[in-house]
Amino acid sequence: MRFIEPHAHMVSRTTDDYADMATAGCVALCEPAFWAGFDRGSADGFRDYFRQLTEVEPRRAANYGIKHFTWLCINPKESEDMSLAADVLSVIPEFLECPNVLGIGEIGLNKNSRNEIKVLQQHVDLAAANDQLILVHTPHLEDKHKGTRLILDVLKHDSRIDPERVMIDHVEEHTIGMVLDAGHWGGMTLYPESKCSPARAIDMIERFGSDRLWWDAACDWGPSVPLAVPRTACEMRRRGHEEKLIEKVIFENPKQFLSQCERFQMDSA
Amino acid sequence: MAMTRQKVLDQYFMDARHKLIDIAAFLDRVDRAEGDADFRLDAFRNAMKRLDDKGKDRAQDVLMAFSDPTEEPISVAHGKGACGAWPGKTE
Repeated sequence: MRFIEPHAHMVSRTTDDYADMATAGCVALCEPAFWAGFDRGSADGFRDYFRQLTEVEPRRAANYGIKHFTWLCINPKESEDMSLAADVLSVIPEFLECPNVLGIGEIGLNKNSRNEIKVLQQHVDLAAANDQLILVHTPHLEDKHKGTRLILDVLKHDSRIDPERVMIDHVEEHTIGMVLDAGHWGGMTLYPESKCSPARAIDMIERFGSDRLWWDAACDWGPSVPLAVPRTACEMRRRGHEEKLIEKVIFENPKQFLSQCERFQMDSA
Repeated sequence: MAMTRQKVLDQYFMDARHKLIDIAAFLDRVDRAEGDADFRLDAFRNAMKRLDDKGKDRAQDVLMAFSDPTEEPISVAHGKGACGAWPGKTE
């Protein structure tokens, strides 16, 4: 089995996790910028974080034959502070030409506030102006359905945005339809407590088809499982699905979306 | 659908049974405890009613039962977390 882990916060994970993922068949992974569990104090804190994402993690991953890619942004959890967000947005262009940067992400909303929406619009503008792919985080739990609708509105109202170049992550049964109907890609995040279980993620493939969908572990410092994608592939095999379909969901689909960025090259892993 | 109804039961019945008993035990635990509950318990009981829905959208219906149904952005985010159920007001 080979797979691409399209969403993993490896700065929060141990080297053993890289080893386990490589052993399970991970050939490439993508690390979106996210919230550290505390609010960073300044844009310089983000500059250091972006160096970690573009310099340090690629080396850690390469030790296990895994290609490391990344996405840059200020996470919506820190977007209520408009001044900090403006400072961080001004730093991001310094890193857009780094060889492992795929685009702007994971942007989106957290509590669906007006400031979060303004910062989301600024990120979308930055992506459009620099012809970048976009990775979107949708809110948690009770805020997800409303937030997903608001995010889709922002994207729809920027005519420069090609829906097929936007991945909307963390979809569930109540949001997957509107995301696919809008022409975007959808990501299902496999978490032990919230978001999707393996069984539900497979259910959604069976109900909505396998086009423009991927699975991810989104493993970070919270309850999460770095091997969630290959374990869900095993569950799909237990249901009797063909290997070709499994490979499409865990390898070909993420490759197809991510290859829209010319920096996403698998051959030098 | 790759599985027959019989295979779904073979593969998932024990897991679903286990989770259902856990929910029953959770409700017993809440009832045994002292003090007031909050909006989450009402939301949970309301969401459980969605299990009786006909059709194939029960997961979606349960998710919607916990969701914020409003459409306008809130003025300010006072915190970062979500609790899993809409409290019945946006701010």
